[in-house]
Amino acid sequence: MKLPSLVVAIILSVVWPHEATAQFRFPMPEFESGYQHPQTNVPSAKKIPVAVDISVLAVALALTAWSVLKHRSRHEVLMITIFSIAYFGFYRKGCVCSVGSLQNVLVPFIDRSIGVPLVVLAFFFLPLLFALYFGRVFCAAVCPLGAVQEAAAVFPVQLSRPVETVLGLLPYAYLGLTVLSMAMGCGYIICRYDPFVGFFRRGASFNMFIFGGIMLLCGVFIARPYCRFLCPYGVLLRWVSRFSKWHASVTPAECIQCRLCESSCPYGAIIVPVPNEPPVDRRTGTKRLALLLLAAPAIIAFAAWTGAMSHQFIARLHPTVLLAERVAAEEQGRFAERSVESDAFRAGKQSTAELYAEASDLRIRFKYASAWFGAFMGLVICAKLIRLSVIRRSEDYVPDRGACLSCARCFAYCPVEGNNADA
Amino acid sequence: MKKESRICRRDFIRVAAAAAAGGAAWIAAHPRSDATVWQLDPVKCVQCGRCSTNCVLNPSAVKCVHSFEICGYCDLCGAYLQPGAKARDSGAENELCPVGALKRRFVEDPFYEYTIDEDLCVGCGKCVKGCNTFGNGSLQLQVKHDICVSCNECSIARNCPSKAYERVPVSAAYLLKTRDGGGKGQT
Repeated sequence: MKLPSLVVAIILSVVWPHEATAQFRFPMPEFESGYQHPQTNVPSAKKIPVAVDISVLAVALALTAWSVLKHRSRHEVLMITIFSIAYFGFYRKGCVCSVGSLQNVLVPFIDRSIGVPLVVLAFFFLPLLFALYFGRVFCAAVCPLGAVQEAAAVFPVQLSRPVETVLGLLPYAYLGLTVLSMAMGCGYIICRYDPFVGFFRRGASFNMFIFGGIMLLCGVFIARPYCRFLCPYGVLLRWVSRFSKWHASVTPAECIQCRLCESSCPYGAIIVPVPNEPPVDRRTGTKRLALLLLAAPAIIAFAAWTGAMSHQFIARLHPTVLLAERVAAEEQGRFAERSVESDAFRAGKQSTAELYAEASDLRIRFKYASAWFGAFMGLVICAKLIRLSVIRRSEDYVPDRGACLSCARCFAYCPVEGNNADA
Repeated sequence: MKKESRICRRDFIRVAAAAAAGGAAWIAAHPRSDATVWQLDPVKCVQCGRCSTNCVLNPSAVKCVHSFEICGYCDLCGAYLQPGAKARDSGAENELCPVGALKRRFVEDPFYEYTIDEDLCVGCGKCVKGCNTFGNGSLQLQVKHDICVSCNECSIARNCPSKAYERVPVSAAYLLKTRDGGGKGQT
């Protein structure tokens, strides 16, 4: 009993004084002239106008829904677009945005000690709620990222269906990676790779400015590349919008099949009428679908396996894994000089072995996470294939409720009487 | 066809509402922390200079802050003067600060008061390094919350080599060294 307490006493006597008392090289002077030192300037955090932001969002959504569904006016949609760029973009500096709020809503499911602020919840749920009733009116004019691209889309061209479909898989991958990144503690990748927020803030890294610039330049011809081929929040809106109660229609009354609107949609969101007779033999079609359904589990399993195989690569999203790789490479003498990170690591308390152990634990967790991510992508691919192989009969030109961004471009093309308010 | 789609929508709403209610219940059931902001711990800081370049804002929201209460008021100041400066005066060739944001004022023999012109400061941390190497460490880098836009993920925190950034409650938004604590005193 005596020895341990002695050891503790010795350890305490060595450690304690260093821990408890502050050590300063120079004593604080005692002034004779009655000098009083100034107060350190520590301003408190800025107040965010939460109620204003939420109301502006709700009003903008409602106005867009009214302009698109009731008034059928693209001019009004464009006016709201400009307002959104000005308010949500340049005035509020692109933050809070609904696209990024997706990550904050994921946080409480991962770290239970962190809650979601009310304003973030509102920005997450309001656009989805509106999509459930009016379609993607949020994308039409309210989202600042979409608004910037809508303003840039001067000479939009139509992409071919296969290209559109294949690129359309990217948002699902982005969504999957976002969830993976949040679950594994790799940070907020939507915010990190937001191409346009740099313009709103007038400050971003050089690479992000280049990325944003390329997006806008491409966007002149391929309208809204971010919304269609990257935006992870758009995936949720797409799912919800399919079940919207009301939705913008190409024609205000009966469609006369004039085909004028066919070339109006830059987003490939107008469903062209399918002739009554099926394009392939019914039996072959059914067989193909059955084969596809049978193959689905195999496709998903293969995708999961591919995901698990690529976990080494995906694990590099995590800073600890990156640091461990760098330190290991430096130990092997593959770098001439140490990075700032590894210098800071070596100055810290953690040993190299502990770092390696932490990294390898993380890699194992990443293996499972990547497998889930792969399985999700497999499921998405299967769902897309099944959707493509099912013939849906339609006699009129109608918008694809998932893909339609309610931009109101097609209204002007429809010659049917009583069309838009501007005409 | 119409009927089918309507039932489909109703089902979807039911599922979505259940999911939303479940999610809300989950969020409500767990203790909601105080609103937080980003701050850097000066004790961990290694003054690598990334604070000035990695912020989403330009100039950075990180600036040098002076804890006067632990300053030694030295004439020969490691933060103010370049190493090997010819004279201890305010000549530009003698000053360490690249933008001339650190000002000094004579108080009484032999003490000088050092203040920071925050409009000029870019948060490079050169003076902080000097003050830590040869001084009391009273100059410290801090996120100024009147400038910071409170990103979801602080872009400096992500690039901080010593992991000095953390989220702190709004009510105690600064982590300055103090006279008695030596570190992590909250202002």
